Amino acid sequence: MQPYDLPDQFGHFGQFGGTFVAETLIEALDELRDMYAKYKDDPEFLAEFHHDLKHFVGRPSPIYFAERLTNQIGGAKIYLKREDLNHTGAHKVNNTVGQALLAKRMGKPRVIAETGAGQHGVATATIAARLGLECVVYMGAEDVKRQSPNVYRMKLLGATVIPVESGSKTLKDALNEALRDWVTNVSNTFYIIGTVAGPHPYPMMVRDFNSVVGKECKTQMPEIANQQPNAIVACVGGGSNAMGIFHPYIDDKSVRLIGVEAAGDGIETGRHAAPLTSNSAIGVLHGNRTYLMQNQEGQIMETHSVSAGLDYPGVGPEHAWLKESGRAEYAAVTDDEALKSFHNLCLVEGIIPALETSHALAYAEKLAATMPKDQVILVNLSGRGDKDINTVANISNISL
Amino acid sequence: MSRIQTTFTNLANNKRKALIPFITAGDPHPDMTVNLLHALVDSGADMIELGIPFSDPMADGPVIQRASERALANNVGINKTIDLVKDFRKDNEHTPIILMGYANPIEAIGLTNFVGAIKEAGVDGVITVDYPPEESKEFVSLLLKNDIDSIFLLSPTTEDERIKLIISQATGFIYYVSLKGVTGSANIDMEQVSERVNNVRQFTNLPVAVGFGVKDAKTAKEVAAIADAVVIGSRIVLEIEQSNKDDLIGNIKKLMREMKDAIE
Repeated sequence: MQPYDLPDQFGHFGQFGGTFVAETLIEALDELRDMYAKYKDDPEFLAEFHHDLKHFVGRPSPIYFAERLTNQIGGAKIYLKREDLNHTGAHKVNNTVGQALLAKRMGKPRVIAETGAGQHGVATATIAARLGLECVVYMGAEDVKRQSPNVYRMKLLGATVIPVESGSKTLKDALNEALRDWVTNVSNTFYIIGTVAGPHPYPMMVRDFNSVVGKECKTQMPEIANQQPNAIVACVGGGSNAMGIFHPYIDDKSVRLIGVEAAGDGIETGRHAAPLTSNSAIGVLHGNRTYLMQNQEGQIMETHSVSAGLDYPGVGPEHAWLKESGRAEYAAVTDDEALKSFHNLCLVEGIIPALETSHALAYAEKLAATMPKDQVILVNLSGRGDKDINTVANISNISL
Repeated sequence: MSRIQTTFTNLANNKRKALIPFITAGDPHPDMTVNLLHALVDSGADMIELGIPFSDPMADGPVIQRASERALANNVGINKTIDLVKDFRKDNEHTPIILMGYANPIEAIGLTNFVGAIKEAGVDGVITVDYPPEESKEFVSLLLKNDIDSIFLLSPTTEDERIKLIISQATGFIYYVSLKGVTGSANIDMEQVSERVNNVRQFTNLPVAVGFGVKDAKTAKEVAAIADAVVIGSRIVLEIEQSNKDDLIGNIKKLMREMKDAIE
């Protein structure tokens, strides 16, 4: 059997992906693609990357057997890949370390980023401080409001946070604005995209940097669980934590790969952020072809999710391909279900998960109940929930 | 000969340069668009670029973004845009109309549907900002089969090999983006533009239009000295944004005449 080797040289995953950008960005993307190709297998670059992952991020992250959660559900054993224990509190930092090291090698003194929940912005600001790079983060004005602790974190780390007032004032608009900045400052600026979206080579590069998660799991699971997982569950907004843990397992067909989108108020209400689960049409946004929440005339729709990090109308093109090819499955979890699992994990395991991650947990709980006790589910615990306590308190009518 | 070709040939015969204003369809209101198009022609437009409103106009600066938002608030999308061209054509058969937009609305209604509808409406050319030649082969061949020009952007960062590739798929004219940035950005470096436009001319006999940073009559005049056409977008859209409904047509005509005088 031929090993999985997508994307092709043009960044296509089947009909998805590609390079749909204005001409001004083509040269910058060509340069990035060439430099990434040069360094991705370069022993010195990789040594520096892994050194930072170990000593700055704190990798490898442990895998933890959630025994009380497992007993509470009474089905398959649930294991958690603890990306929440990384420096800055989420998987996002794996990718920002990789891209920032690349920026340094390319001689770019300025990095920019878009952020939704603020985790990618914080991770970018962090590594920019560490490497002495100027950092500008674009964040939807709505998200600036609901994620104020992360906004302050970025400022403490020396980044400039620019609230984006255009469109729906969320993640997609932050991405638009970051692309506009990049077009303008292309000669001295490296755009650190935070998810497996954007034009080629971003979906591939972000996946590669995050696949350290899945690679560690492959080693750790036999040690802690005496087997590889029967199913892996991860939340999907753009889909970087899911691609990171899925990718090393794609050729291992005995492992089910399940991505969990945000159903918001419920798929049937239309107020959600689940392009895959809701069978959205295929379209072009932010440089790639993928499934997109849009109206019949191709205008991108406003999305809804309690978690800012999942509030995105598209999805990484590789997920679109994994869905179409049948290799991965996708489901969606409502705000209410995610919040219930958020509180439950706090109480049963002493772990405060991110609201994004809580979507994966909610699905894993449902799935575990349908599987025998000798089977194993691995959940990517992609981030910690400290950033979300204001949101959760608000929903519970508690003022902090 | 296509309307675009005819227009450029006539202009060249008279040693004149084309003035190409841009407006967004449905801005400030769909009832005004056809009147605005006629007013542009009356005040010196040789061709018109008509923007298809899109929710996520990544290559546009704040002025044209707001125009898109106003148009979308008026429920003007790609279908209505095509209808407006059809209405314009009832009273004007000679001024080329070039649609400018993004790939997603076009793909949403289907490439074949789109090309069929714009052909019927009397559209002459299409610029799709986020459709580089590598990703738009099917679309370009559909356009050409229907005698609609496929117009591509070249940027200050486009290298010679790539210029050749793009030109091999381009018809109508070449649109040179005068600066690194979004529409309506900072001032342009005329010396650099001149050098780049001359460089482009080595590879093609197609007319070269310059746009993206032409904010005033002085710049328009300088651009006209080196290019075959001057595109004025954000400056016109800003005038639309800042004008009362009653003054709108008058203000636009006045601005256009200033630009026209400058490039003559």
